[in-house]
Parts: sequence; structure tokens; C-alpha cells
Amino acid sequence: MSRFSLGERRVERAGDDVALALRNAAREAAKNTAAGAVNGDARQDSARVSSYLYSAKPDDLSPEQIAALPPGVFRLAPGDAREAEQTGYSHYSYWGSTLRMFLANRGAVAALSIVIIIVLFTFIQPYLPRQSDPNLIHNSPETGMQIINRAPDGEFWFGTNSIGQDLWARIWSGARTSLFIGLTVAVIQAAIGILMGALWGYARKLDFLFTEIYNILNNIPTTIVLILASYILRPSVRTIILAMSFTSWIVLARFIRNLTLIIRDQDFNVASRCLGTGLRRIITRNLLPQMVSVIMLRVALSIPYAIDMEVFLTYIGLGVPIETPSLGNLINAGRILMMSPSLRYQLIFPAIVLSLLTICFYLTGNAFADAADPKNHR
Amino acid sequence: MLLYIAKRLGRAFVSLCLIIIVVFVLLRQMPIEGYFASFDKMTPIQVENGLRKLGLLDPLPAQLLNFFGQLARGNLGISTRYRQNYPISRIIAQKAPFSLRFGLIAVGISIPLGLGLGVLMARRKGGAWDRMGTVYIVFMQAVPSAIYYLFLQLYGTQALNISLLYNPDKWQTMVLPVISLAMPSVAYFAMWMRRYTVDEANKEYIKLARVKGVPAMAVWFRHVFRNAVVPIVQLIPNSLLLTLAGSIYVESLYSIPGMGGLMVDVIKRQDNTMVQALVIIFAVLTIVGLLLGDLAMALVDPRISLAKRTEAR
Repeated sequence: MSRFSLGERRVERAGDDVALALRNAAREAAKNTAAGAVNGDARQDSARVSSYLYSAKPDDLSPEQIAALPPGVFRLAPGDAREAEQTGYSHYSYWGSTLRMFLANRGAVAALSIVIIIVLFTFIQPYLPRQSDPNLIHNSPETGMQIINRAPDGEFWFGTNSIGQDLWARIWSGARTSLFIGLTVAVIQAAIGILMGALWGYARKLDFLFTEIYNILNNIPTTIVLILASYILRPSVRTIILAMSFTSWIVLARFIRNLTLIIRDQDFNVASRCLGTGLRRIITRNLLPQMVSVIMLRVALSIPYAIDMEVFLTYIGLGVPIETPSLGNLINAGRILMMSPSLRYQLIFPAIVLSLLTICFYLTGNAFADAADPKNHR
Repeated sequence: MLLYIAKRLGRAFVSLCLIIIVVFVLLRQMPIEGYFASFDKMTPIQVENGLRKLGLLDPLPAQLLNFFGQLARGNLGISTRYRQNYPISRIIAQKAPFSLRFGLIAVGISIPLGLGLGVLMARRKGGAWDRMGTVYIVFMQAVPSAIYYLFLQLYGTQALNISLLYNPDKWQTMVLPVISLAMPSVAYFAMWMRRYTVDEANKEYIKLARVKGVPAMAVWFRHVFRNAVVPIVQLIPNSLLLTLAGSIYVESLYSIPGMGGLMVDVIKRQDNTMVQALVIIFAVLTIVGLLLGDLAMALVDPRISLAKRTEAR
């Protein structure tokens, strides 16, 4: 899945030019309106008012000064906050529409349900009755020998592995490890990516620096960084999380930066700013809804990606230690035995759980990104 | 245009130097066992002499400068564990042709297949081809490649009744690795081709052509396809990179004596100098690939010009 990000990057770059054009257009428009206002009515009164304006800040006018103001210059505007709110009110609710759009997509709801069920189950499973420890080696009560490679039956639902451990317990424990890696990477990536992206987009002075960092970092293949980091640090869950967080944030940051640039200078936002909307409201009402879809997509897709990378690193011998069951470890163990058909279940069961997880995360992420995109809201 | 190329080259060069420096400095932090074939049997004096011989006791900047000098002469150092005291460039020279052959064949077949699938999907949105293609693309993107590589090897070799591993004397054994390498690339090309084709087919001039009565086939091939295929040019280097990453898996699964399999081998044996050389080679290939993609795009698309670039940056 990571592989495709390369292509999106290209499109992003093309999007840059669009962003630039939009930005310039908005700036021109803003300049023109400002100039028009100055040249219009204001000029006539300005001479009379200027003495008051320059003598003190307008807010500091004393009651005498206010009384001495020439009549007709200032008129009390009839304003009612509630009334103003009513004209601009619509029944549109961003999150409501997003939810409705998402629920209308039946496949996505099914995928999300599977994700929720699997995630919940991995956490509940150890507390259910009759579950064995994933690292416990089972001995047969009659012979005292280890129960090796027992095919799935009533006692061991997914069979046992080559040293007599319960595969059912190992798969859920492995799914727990893999999910932990995926979710942690997603959270770290989102936190750093959004922060850096916002800085990159808002602080104009940092733009050059960030862009150059991006251009250099982006030339470095992710796989290589992962291999290198895992080779140098000791293979562990922490190393994998660290290596993946290190590489993934910059892509999200760039998405956020581009979106910030595009939306910041769009007409609706310029208008909103001119009307004096506070920064908080601008962020929550103008910026965030446009970004939620992209952020969610990147975050949701980074989970299957992280799981995939864990499998990859395990395969090339840099994964988590064998005592920690993970889906990568289980698949690798199953691969060694796959040549004998009777033992193939040891590869197939973890493969099914892994594929189910990644596909459902992927579908949910895509469907949510579609639903969260305000352009798709009617 | 020339200035753009120069700038792009300069950036690629800076990235390359940075990568080499980082890789070199990081790998010097590795335990010193990785430099000797039989570390356990050596006395401390032997170890120290060995390290001195390898130049590893010099200050780091001096080592780095030395290494750049070596690289400039095409010398990647010598292997320590994989094949003791054997020049790495010679090992690579034996391995590279295999990787190159598999990679090029895979990309070569994935382009027509991917483009064809993409066009078929775009011609009737929501049709049978579109649905099947979407399932295929989602599968390729979402499922870890390890899974479908493994199952393809397992059931493919059974179905074709051939041995599990690659045998240079039997061409049949080349089929499955090539398919494995091509599968993600096909999905990649199909996904983008579909998108570009749909975009192009919705443009006004296509409507005009239809209204004018240009035959449907002519519209598709002379206008839609020809314009939609242009941006595909920039995907080709990416697809090569995809194949490169896939080769790490596929070559070691099928025991193909190429560079991807070598990478897995030397990591497992902790041969520091070999890992260093291979990481640098893979990084160089990536950088060159991205560079070629950007340059090809600049050549094909006249809208990408220097003026816009400098403004945008």
C-alpha cells in the first residue's frame, strides 16, 4: 500500500501549482476590495474624522469627545446578534452529514464492524474462559510429550504450532501486537504531522526550510530507512514504531500544509476573516472540516501499512523477537512449514486474520475519507 | 528548462550525499563483530589490528572522506562475513544482472497490462471490468505483499508442477517470480490510468468531438487515450522502484541470486560493510528513479517550466 504513495506525491506536486494560483487570485481579490473601500465613501468623511482618530485611539474617546463629534458621521447601527445568526443559519451539520454519508455506504459499515469486532476481541480474548497463554507449551497429559503440530480441533481451535503452543492464543496475541504497532504509529504520525504541517502552512518563513527538508527526506526510500533503523537498533516493537514514525510524518505534514495554503486564501475563508471570525472558529469551522478527510485517510491507511511493514521486517530478519507473538512472526513461522499440506493451517490462519484486518482498515479509511469530504455533502 | 534540470540534479546530489553520510555514520555505531568472520576466536590485539587495517580507528570525518574517495573510484569496500575479504563491487556485479532481468521483464509486462486494465475500467464506470479491477487494486494495496507472494508461490508451483525455487536452466521457473513482481505494478498503473482516462473523457473537447460525430473508437484512441497516457510516463520510474522493493521479498523466496535476496542474506549475517553498500545502492537507484521520473515529466509536459517552479517554491 505504501508503494502507491509515490504516485500521490506527484499529484500533490501538481496540486501545488493550483494552490499557488488560488492563493494569488484570493490575494488580488482581497486587495481590490480593500482599495475600493478606501476610495469610496470613507474618503469624504475622513478629513473631518481624522482629527479625532489621531488625537486618541477611537476606543478611548471620552464622553465629551463623543458628544463633540459632528452629527451624521457615526450612526448607531441597528444590530441584533441573534438575528444575524439566523440569516446565516443552515441546517447543515458537518459531522451529521459525514455520519450519514458513511452509514449510507453498506460495505464500509460492514468493514468498520469487522474492524471493531476484531479490535475488541483481541483485547477481550485473554479474559475469556479457557484461553491459554500464547507462549505456553502444551504437554499431553497421557504421554507428557509436547503437543506438536496438532491440527485444529475442539481443544485447539486453530491447532498448535511446531513447539506445541496454542495457535488460537498466539494469533490474537499477535494481532494485539500488530494493532498496537499500527495504532501507535498512526497516532504519533498524526500528532507530529498535523503540528508540523500547520507550522509549515501558517509560518511563511518556515516554508523554505520545510520544503527543502521535505525534498531531501522524500528522496530517501522508506524501506531503506526502516531496514537501516531496525538493523542498527535492537529489533523490538519500540524500534519498529520509532522507525516508522520517523519516516511517515512528513507525508502527512505536506498534505496538511498544502490544504492549509489552499483553504486559507479561499474566498469563503477570506470573507470569514474579514467579518472578524475568531481564529478558533476559523480553525474548527473553516479549516478542520476540509482536512478531516485527508487526515483520516492518511491515518487509517497508515495502520495497514505499519502492519505490512512489520511483516516485511520480520521476513528479512529484523522484526520483533520471536517470544513476542506478532502477525509477522506467525506468518514467518507458517511459511517455513508451508510445504507440507497438513501443516498449512499454520500459515493460512494468521494470513486470513492479517488480510481481514488490513483490508477492512483500508476500506473503512477510504469510505470515511469520502464521507468526510465536504464536497460530497449534499 | 536547463536550469530546472540542473536544480533537480543538484537536489538529487545533495540527498545522495546526505544519505551516504547518514548511512556511513550510523553503521559505524554497530557492534564490531560485524567486521570479522570469526570474532569469538580472536584475541583483543587481533581485533584491534583488524580494525586498524580496515581504517576503523581513524576519526570519523577522516573515515568518511576516505569512503567518499573509495566510492568515487567505484570501490564499495570489501565484504567481511558474507564472503570474507572479497570486493563487494565484484559480488554485486554477479548479482545485479539477475535483478535487472527480472525487474525489467516485470515492469515491461506490467505497463501494457496495467494500462489496458485501466482503460477497460474507465470505459464503463461501474461495469464488470471496473468492479473486478477495483477489487484487484484494493487487494493489492491493502493486503501485505508477503501474503500474496507466499500463496502465489505455494499454489502456483503446484499448479504448474515446477520446483519451488528458481532454476536458471528452466525458463518455466521464471514465470512466477515475474508475475509476483508485476502484480503490484499492474494495480498501480491501472489505478492511475483509470483516473487519468476518466478525467480526460469528461473534458469539453471530447464532448465536442462526439457532437461533431467523430467515431467512438477514434475518440477513445486518438484523443482520450493519447492524452491520458502522457502522465503515465512519470509513473514508470516509480514502478521500477516498486519492483525493487518487491525484489527483496521475491528474490529470497525463490532463491534468485539477485541483489534483493542478497540484502536479506547479509542482514541475517550482520555483514556491516555489505549492508552499507547495498543500502547505498538501493538509495542511489531510488534517487535516480525519482530524478528520471521528474525529468521525463518535464520533457513530456510543457506546462512544467522553471518559471512556475521557482515561484511555487
